Amino acid sequence: MSTRTPARKYITANEAVACAARLARVEVIAAYPITPQTTIVEKLASFIARGEMDADFIKVESEHSALTACMGARMAGVRAFTSTSSQGLEYMHEMLAYVSGGRYPLVLVNVCRSVALPWSIWGDQQDAIQQRDTGWIQIFTETGQEAMDMVLQAYRIAEDHRILLPVMICLDGFIQSHTEELVEIPDQESVDSFLPPYDPVVTLDVDNPHTISMGGFGKHYAAWRREQQAAAEKAGEVIVEVGDEFARVFGRHYGGLIEPYRCEGAEAVILLMGALTGTAREVVDEMRADGQAVGLIKVRAFRPFPVQSLRQALSLVKAAAVLDRDCSWGYGGALATDLKAALYSLPNPPAMLNFIGGLGGADVSPEQMKYMLDKALAAKKGAPSSMEFIDL
Amino acid sequence: MKLKEISREELFRSSYGCAGCAAVLAVRLTLKVLGRNCVCVVPANCISTVSCYYPQTPFFVPMTVMAFAATGAALSGISAGFRRRGREDISVVGFSGDGGTADIGIQSLSGAIDGGYKFIYICYDNEAYMNTGIQRSGLTPYGATTTTTPAPCFETESKKDMLRIVAAHDIPYAATACTSYPLDFMQKVARANRVNGPTYIHVLAPCPTGWGFAPDRAIELGRMAVESGFWRLVELENGKLRTTHKPSRRRSVAEYFAAQTRFRQLSPEQIEEIQRNIDRRQAAGQAFSATG
Repeated sequence: MSTRTPARKYITANEAVACAARLARVEVIAAYPITPQTTIVEKLASFIARGEMDADFIKVESEHSALTACMGARMAGVRAFTSTSSQGLEYMHEMLAYVSGGRYPLVLVNVCRSVALPWSIWGDQQDAIQQRDTGWIQIFTETGQEAMDMVLQAYRIAEDHRILLPVMICLDGFIQSHTEELVEIPDQESVDSFLPPYDPVVTLDVDNPHTISMGGFGKHYAAWRREQQAAAEKAGEVIVEVGDEFARVFGRHYGGLIEPYRCEGAEAVILLMGALTGTAREVVDEMRADGQAVGLIKVRAFRPFPVQSLRQALSLVKAAAVLDRDCSWGYGGALATDLKAALYSLPNPPAMLNFIGGLGGADVSPEQMKYMLDKALAAKKGAPSSMEFIDL
Repeated sequence: MKLKEISREELFRSSYGCAGCAAVLAVRLTLKVLGRNCVCVVPANCISTVSCYYPQTPFFVPMTVMAFAATGAALSGISAGFRRRGREDISVVGFSGDGGTADIGIQSLSGAIDGGYKFIYICYDNEAYMNTGIQRSGLTPYGATTTTTPAPCFETESKKDMLRIVAAHDIPYAATACTSYPLDFMQKVARANRVNGPTYIHVLAPCPTGWGFAPDRAIELGRMAVESGFWRLVELENGKLRTTHKPSRRRSVAEYFAAQTRFRQLSPEQIEEIQRNIDRRQAAGQAFSATG
């Protein structure tokens, strides 16, 4: 662990993320403004303008171009960063698959926001969830500190030669992006010791010319995709490994792919991703104080999906209440439906109660979370799964 | 540039291009000028379709395929990356077709010129989406049939004037060219390569498959396009437009149209009107126009 005293500041998660990009010695930034992400790029632009960061800020006319330009910088062999939200992430969709398929280890921060229509600038996680199958590692964070720490870890994970996949760090719009919290900002030397310079496997190299991204037919195509899947699965181990290493250097540990909280002997647990975890912790504490056997599982990695960790954590639980700030229309919340698939072959799986809530920036109150857990406590094992919109 | 100065080294060879493909020729000639110290970006188009399928590639310089709409931004990003690494000596060149330039890629191109990084954007123009089977693009000329403007109808809008569009960005260097005038084209590539900023070259590349002429006539067709005034060879440097080649003989548009099948459905009166438009534009000395 570092012996230096890190700076502690009241800053938003957006500012924390900008600090992380600077500490990661990112050399190329390309981003386009969108609420609630905008203050990240404003901050980075101001770092560069004041000479506090040595990087190129590429002026682009859209998110599609922002992500393309970052991929181009990676092809030239330098570390790049971009961030966006909502419609911006949707607009990047085509390039998200290009980046992951090309195995370019980019890091993108998505400040989660609802997706039009109906149009809303407020937070939910529909934007990130709609990119689930683009091949990006997706990690959801709870606080400004975790968002900052995960950006630093994301470069290590993405650039690991066993992985070479892009990482999307998600933080919740407004709850994190516009709320100041006390954040510990590590010193540059410690970050440098944790995150070595980018060591690309392949670049556009005039001395060693290659066609670095190309077409593939039949078995070549399938082989490429199988390798991509193997890397995405392997990423689960590497996320844990890098998290442990981060804890050794900086003293903060977030629990790997999932973070179970007070799950010992729990009959019912609430599962969720992102900033609302803070509220759920308090609700669980209160219900535990009342003698109720409830717990919480914060799902941190959504892709790769932590199948084994969740099966282990839920094998003895009677019922799971899953809060989704998103929906796969025509099926259910993405976390709940993926969880159901993960638990499929458990001999005696928990009852599954899916709650869709916090959509379009709606508050999810402690009372609502208590309601979910009460319902889960009352559910019997083997009961058919349910789905309920709680914002109405 | 003289003929004997042209490099004998082939850095783009053995593609699956159609016989007589002038787009392939445009890439080959460009790389003869830029040499090995360059990297290429090729979005969805004929070039990427006839070249880069694992495990084969006709490119002997570093190359990447790119999303259809993304050429400009990719050039910016790669150029920024090389700038960071102190390798601004490397030429970063894109080869985009007419649809990839004037339609789906126009936003990214505009953003990239505005972004100011050093690159050469080459639009090879075969006047339709040839790779997907000859569909009309924003650069299909008035009067041409395509599979989405089929006979007895034809394209009813005139060709977008990309030169004027890029000129409106205050681009440091832009030019039109045609593969039938290789020295003129290659000289323009060499000039663009000396500019420390965004540059644009629009090269007309006759397409035997899409235009309807025999593969051995691609050079002749390009010459007819210029000699008929249908296409002009100009250069725009720091806001000044210069004609780089004035054809010594004039042909009629009717003669150019008759040499290919895609204008067959035009009546003599319609062709005469096109001729009058070209004559009028030429008489007016219309600035910044690639056509007429």
